[in-house]
Amino acid sequence: MPEIDQAFLALPARVLAEAALTRARELGAEHADFRLERIRSQSITLRDAVLENLHDGEDLGFAVRVVHDGTWGFAAGVVLTTAEAVRVAERAIAVAKVSAALRAERVELADEPAYPDVTWVSSYEVDPFAVPDGDKVGLLADWSERLLAADGVDHVDAAVLQVIENKFYADTAGTRTTQQRVRVHPVLEATAVDAAQGQFETMRTCAPPVGRGWEYLTGPTWDWAAELSEIPEWLAQKMKARSVEPGCYDVVIDPSNLWLTIHESIGHATELDRALGYEAAYAGTSFATFDQLGTLRYGSPVMNVTGDRTVEHGLATIGYDDEGVQTQAWDIVAGGVLAGYQLDRRMARLKGLGRSNGCAFADSPGHIPLQRMANVSLQPAPDGPDTRGLIAGVERGIYIVGDNSWSIDMQRYNFQFTGQRFFEIRNGELAGQLRDVAYQATTTEFWGAMEAVGGPQTWRLGGAFNCGKAQPGQIAAVSHGAPAALFRGINILNTVQEGGQ
Amino acid sequence: MTTPGVSTYILSPQETVERALSLSVADGCVVLVTDRTETNLRWANNTLTTNGEMRSRRVAVLSLVKGAVGTSVGVLERSAVTPDALRALVENSERAARQASPAEDAMPLVAPAGHRASSAGWDGPPAETSVGVFAELAPALGEAFGAARGDGRLLFGFAEHVVESTYLGSSTGLRLRHDQPTGRVEMNAKSPDFGRSVWTGAATRDFADVDVAGLDARLARRLGWAANRIELPAGRYETILPPTAVADLMIYMYWMANARDADEGRTVFSRRGGGSRIGDRLAELPLRLASDPVAEGLACAPFLSTTTSGSAQSVFDNGLTVSPVNWIDDGVLSNLIRTRSWAQRTGTAPVAPVGNLVLTAPGATATEADLVSRTGRGLLLTCLWYIRVVDPRTLLLTGLTRDGVYLVEGGEVVGAVNNFRFNESPVGLLGRISEVSRTEITLPREWGDDFHRTAMPAVRVPDFNMSTVSQGV
Repeated sequence: MPEIDQAFLALPARVLAEAALTRARELGAEHADFRLERIRSQSITLRDAVLENLHDGEDLGFAVRVVHDGTWGFAAGVVLTTAEAVRVAERAIAVAKVSAALRAERVELADEPAYPDVTWVSSYEVDPFAVPDGDKVGLLADWSERLLAADGVDHVDAAVLQVIENKFYADTAGTRTTQQRVRVHPVLEATAVDAAQGQFETMRTCAPPVGRGWEYLTGPTWDWAAELSEIPEWLAQKMKARSVEPGCYDVVIDPSNLWLTIHESIGHATELDRALGYEAAYAGTSFATFDQLGTLRYGSPVMNVTGDRTVEHGLATIGYDDEGVQTQAWDIVAGGVLAGYQLDRRMARLKGLGRSNGCAFADSPGHIPLQRMANVSLQPAPDGPDTRGLIAGVERGIYIVGDNSWSIDMQRYNFQFTGQRFFEIRNGELAGQLRDVAYQATTTEFWGAMEAVGGPQTWRLGGAFNCGKAQPGQIAAVSHGAPAALFRGINILNTVQEGGQ
Repeated sequence: MTTPGVSTYILSPQETVERALSLSVADGCVVLVTDRTETNLRWANNTLTTNGEMRSRRVAVLSLVKGAVGTSVGVLERSAVTPDALRALVENSERAARQASPAEDAMPLVAPAGHRASSAGWDGPPAETSVGVFAELAPALGEAFGAARGDGRLLFGFAEHVVESTYLGSSTGLRLRHDQPTGRVEMNAKSPDFGRSVWTGAATRDFADVDVAGLDARLARRLGWAANRIELPAGRYETILPPTAVADLMIYMYWMANARDADEGRTVFSRRGGGSRIGDRLAELPLRLASDPVAEGLACAPFLSTTTSGSAQSVFDNGLTVSPVNWIDDGVLSNLIRTRSWAQRTGTAPVAPVGNLVLTAPGATATEADLVSRTGRGLLLTCLWYIRVVDPRTLLLTGLTRDGVYLVEGGEVVGAVNNFRFNESPVGLLGRISEVSRTEITLPREWGDDFHRTAMPAVRVPDFNMSTVSQGV
């Protein structure tokens, strides 16, 4: 079990917290919290097996957030001295005072027990920042060479993004949390170019980003050798595949694709801040309005979706959120009906929902915490079929693997997704790849058309590092678990025809 | 209470640059220091929601080490570096360079000789902003909230001001400094049932030119247009795209506009048979898509600064003079972004990316309103949203219309239409634009966070592909 990095523990977090919280209290804050964060990240990219970029970054700073006279105030700084902590606390109060005239609702926070001194570390084995750069570049170069050696592969782009995040949080209620988590995202993409025809296609790994260490690239969790050995043939098939006939198809969607549809059409739609309008001018609102909690028919009866910030290796997993709330798991859709939202402390109090379910998160020391996405996951059927079993139930359809393009409207109704590979299904059997495929649907119709979910043996955690929300823009990493699932009668587009060609 | 102007850093940016360079024992070194201050207000449902005032500093040290077979580079970037930490940062950057394999894009560092960017102002303190920049905006917003409550509409939005001062120093003697103010206000109004929604936004450098009452009046007028609701099916429509929508499409095209990927056959700018499409006609009209670091109202850095290498930039090009470029000239693709390294490999000239983008039709004088008045039957959009690549071969993009699609009949707006999902390529659209207004500075609704400085016309497209209806409002 890894321990909190000693260099982070050596920072004067507690001294700065006391200075800032004391000053905020002296100036009349009803609530104040202090967050010191250090986020180390390293991005490595290789182009055709040659190192293209290696960037090593560290963001270290702190923020003070206050509720003063019922109004939020927030300020952030990067110089770790008590004088600066006091200054930033004063600026947070000043921002609250400037803002008071614009505030109609009084800010109040849901109760949460105090956690006087707790520590949490995510589940990983090898700190990626302890692995020599040369070893990391060498592994990606080796993988790239394997792909480049195959017939029909003209280019290979390889990348791995690694993050170690440390947070210290303290508030005027007495909570003090110290946390550390690690995540990695390796990606390889092969490109085939037919210059004579002016055509090209790509095929990317489906290995998801995960809350694991460097062992993810060297251990048995993901079968890299198998995936890398198959990509050239998949790519070659895609290059010569038949262009899809647009129309209505039954589709079996692999978790490597379905996670993103869950993210966009369920994850974002059940963020209470969106439903209440706080994101209306930017990320948007939600069709799943608060008055429909407990009644909205979201999908078919086989649809069960949970939110959690606790699943092992989940990207949104942590012990305590950025408001000092211990993390939890809860139902979002039960038996196809809307059952819950993602919350922070203010919204939980505002809507009389009791405790927050711990979804407050800020992506950096310089940003204010917002309600950000938990790991929102579709549950498998306990005795459900495997993927082959789902495909066997389709006469004319498409099996969709891997995510690619995505887009959804500002109320989360209308979406369009593509993928990495599309296999035609004929009479319950796979019959080669199709190309130029996109699926387009409306959220409740799509989930209403879900006839069956696969069993636990098909369930995988997918996810992303780069979920965007809010102004100023913040990013967040989040995972989504999904089984393979069967949908009846989904609208399939031909993307070449959509382009008018 | 401490005033925001008092420096909280032990070392000034210039001292940080000089000390890091003096600590460097590498074969070459570039130091980038960016001091950033920012402040923002956000509101929803006629009340403030979040706010903030943030201050940060980033220090990047790029060390070059020459080896037997090439030059390698180490890039380390840290926030708020103390004098002690600066030594470690320089040493670790050099260690990273020694561990790295040779860089494919290695080139000699840019030298001051003949450099056109001015180092004037190098010695001055960083430019700053604070919440005080909203001294006039905040009460005006308060009044707008009051008026909106009285009129039964809800206001949502965001105001932000960011000031960055970037200092670039190199072991070859470059000392370059650039101050970049970036500001915007975005306002969205909805009916209380969220059934009608309208948007407007403005880019600004200092908020002196922001007229909240004027923006609010525009919103109120458009909510009025939406009183008459018209349902239209998917299909191809004559469509007027306003400047913000044109900006979001052109920005995506610009992001794909690098020479290397095109030369390798991997983008919409790749020529069948090999090479890039430079020289191909993209637009029937004599459109010009250009960038100029001193464009009025859109001034951006006159030198390149970057901490990453990729298709469109190289860390070895830090300090390179950023020159005016015509990307599309008289309707013809004329330039693609090209690093010095790729230019050397292909026997061509480097073209540095520029931080602004301007589309013009020479001689165009019409306004957006003129385009509307000349429309028999068509759609007038407000903006586009959630734009993503569907097919990189054609740069087919998908996305949504948002916050107001209006039906125009006989030159007049007659009501508001449902939203649509579109599937269109900006490259394909260029060839089908039939009419262009004069160009104005605009705030790109979708990409304004990442690419802020644009001036665009409104354009008419005879057959814009609205692929499906979106119920979203």
